[in-house]
Amino acid sequence: MLSSTAKNLYWMGRYLQRAKSTARLIEATQRMALQSRGEEAAGVAAIFGMEDEFRQTQQQDGRLASLIDFLVLDEGNPSSIVSSIAAARSNAREERNNITVDVWESLNALWLELSSRLRADRATLDRGALIESVKKQAVMIFGAAQVTLLRDEAYHFLQLGAFLERADNTARIVDVKFHLLRPDGDPHADKTDYFAWSEVLACIGAVRTYRRIYRSALDPLKVAELMMLRRDVPRSVHHCLWMVDLNMRELADTYGTRGEADRMAGELHARMRYARVEKIFEIGLARFLGGVRDNISALSDEIGRQFLLD
Amino acid sequence: MAAKAFDEMNSGTSGPGGTDSVRAPYRGVANWLARTSPERVAATRHEVDLFYRRHGITFGAYGAVDGHEATIPFDIIPRVMAWDEWEYLSKGLVQRVQALNAFLSDAYGAREICRAGVVPESQILMNGEFAAMAQGLALPGGVHAHIAGIDLVRVGEKDFYVLEDNVRTPSGVSYVLENREVMMRLAPELFSAMRVLPVANYSDELLATLRSVSFSDDAEPNVVLLTPGHFNSAYFEHAFLADEMGIELCEGADLFVDEGRVYMRTPRGPQRVDVIYRRVDDAFLDPLAMRPDSFLGVAGLLGALRAGRVNIVNALGNGVADDKSTYTYVPEMIRFYLGEEPILSNVPTWRCDQPDEFKYVLEHLAELVVKEVHGSGGKGMLVGPTSSKAEIEAFADFVRARPDNYIAQPTLALSTCPTFVGQGVAPRHVDLRPFVLSGRKVTIIPGGLTRVALKEGSLVVNSSQGGGTKDTWVLAPENPPHSNGEVPAQRAEGS
Repeated sequence: MLSSTAKNLYWMGRYLQRAKSTARLIEATQRMALQSRGEEAAGVAAIFGMEDEFRQTQQQDGRLASLIDFLVLDEGNPSSIVSSIAAARSNAREERNNITVDVWESLNALWLELSSRLRADRATLDRGALIESVKKQAVMIFGAAQVTLLRDEAYHFLQLGAFLERADNTARIVDVKFHLLRPDGDPHADKTDYFAWSEVLACIGAVRTYRRIYRSALDPLKVAELMMLRRDVPRSVHHCLWMVDLNMRELADTYGTRGEADRMAGELHARMRYARVEKIFEIGLARFLGGVRDNISALSDEIGRQFLLD
Repeated sequence: MAAKAFDEMNSGTSGPGGTDSVRAPYRGVANWLARTSPERVAATRHEVDLFYRRHGITFGAYGAVDGHEATIPFDIIPRVMAWDEWEYLSKGLVQRVQALNAFLSDAYGAREICRAGVVPESQILMNGEFAAMAQGLALPGGVHAHIAGIDLVRVGEKDFYVLEDNVRTPSGVSYVLENREVMMRLAPELFSAMRVLPVANYSDELLATLRSVSFSDDAEPNVVLLTPGHFNSAYFEHAFLADEMGIELCEGADLFVDEGRVYMRTPRGPQRVDVIYRRVDDAFLDPLAMRPDSFLGVAGLLGALRAGRVNIVNALGNGVADDKSTYTYVPEMIRFYLGEEPILSNVPTWRCDQPDEFKYVLEHLAELVVKEVHGSGGKGMLVGPTSSKAEIEAFADFVRARPDNYIAQPTLALSTCPTFVGQGVAPRHVDLRPFVLSGRKVTIIPGGLTRVALKEGSLVVNSSQGGGTKDTWVLAPENPPHSNGEVPAQRAEGS
């Protein structure tokens, strides 16, 4: 397999996951805005690390609707849903011969659908349906990858990209939402803001999961534990970094060599595996998550150096 | 002109009853058309469109206005040939491609054909496509044109002409394979009524051909396909063929040369490459040897070729054999190298660099088709009978300015096939591009790419000029030589 193939599949995984996470997050934020205060836009922009870009765009009214268009439809924003799907599709198109017809067709179908929706007048464009469709079809695409792809190098690079992106997304959501809801960093102070915590969980689709696991009222500490440390929650930071480590090991077995990226992946996985939520809040959640996110980003760079054309 | 063209379905003179105008190979199709309701046909055509879009089969003509993706129109009425028609064509094709390969070996070798006075040496050496880098190279099997696409037209029951030879990087074979897939899915009832010879083995034959021309004697030489990238109009075909053969699809940046060998970059380290099926033009192959501004090639590639470490398919400099003025010598090449009479005819051609022929062409522009010697894609040409006086005058100036750049041919009444247009079925002009594979042996899959000019009366079938494609069916012989039901071998052994 070519290095450029590894690179395309890695980025296809990242972009597709990015579109999916963004879709879910926007949906949760819209619900939150309906139920509580009206100033969600800044918080959402913060999750995407885009406060500056958002302010610089022509939409300076700070309204959530403008931000959503920026995040969903704006082709000038490289991380918007539309741009991410286009990028994932372009990566896939270059690797038509390294993915199955099922994966290609489902991704291409989503891209065609978005393109035709975008041709509609912005005033009548149904954003909700578009977001719903991205969520649903992204699951189909990952599902197609799961059931049809040969478990070779190409598959592991796709998985690496998707799980690294997902780990980073969840870490970001926890980081920003806790900062918004608990600026003092104390997870025990106030348990009354039920809707807000439930929507934080909804960002990773884990409201019912929370109830199944804890069978108790929403507690910020447990919300943080679920999103960061539960290995059995498929969008938790721990689960994603476990999967990153696993796919790195599969590659190392295939190639018969290990490098710095393998060490970093193992270390990150171990850090999530042995962390305790109480300890994390003692150190400070922001500090802990900042460290994890820096390491994820360093790992991504090192993977680029170890395997790919940079 | 369209009125007198030979129609491949309806120009029959005698059926079993003596009055049937439907030619025998088309009976199954005619019956199918007669009993299939227009609604069903419309639904099928819609399905075809969806199928092609969903699969992302695209043909982006250079210069397309909005982006680079559009689908090439596919017509669901197949073009059908009887076995004996095909047998005759395939013999002629093998003969022609063998002569072209002998010519290319000779052109980059001793140039015996020039010494014999058959082809002037200037025809080779002064040709803009001549590649000095290829002079004196001993290629495996002496093969230069490994994949040849020979464009044929039909003007009557038994009259076929070669319109042009394509021995550089001919494209279109992916449509042959995909069109068949689509037809089998959409009209299975037709296949059960007629015995159509399969084409799906093309990729296996192509890989075998490519492996057979490796310099190395490895049992499984590493073959890769080199593409200019996904902005190229034929990118879909490159990806499709690499996939079908299970080989790597590379761009220039995926390959590098070290110590005279070619390697590909992989996550596990460099891996050696033995044969490159390149779909990149000569000029862009190696920035050290050719165009220094090329990002599509691999620095040092031609050095590795000259050192006998990697073979490049098709060979470098094949353009000397397939331009429209060398074309006029091909019948002589067949006589010279093979000692045979040509089976397939050339279209009579006037070369404007010959003074008396030039004079004739200028006087008869309104009746002729005039083409650039190195033109392709249906551009830079004049179709006299369908052009206005002003267009003819303007073109005459081009020809006067550079006579050596033009050839002229009579306007042929290309055969027509029934085709879906607007509301119903109407005859449209077609041509045929069969693909001939030459390695240690010569192979042709039955049929080829049928291109159809969708505009009424148009003779220009190129997809970049609004042409479409049809599935091409070669019917199995009615009394197969093998009684066990096996399809007869589609193979002609090379000499």
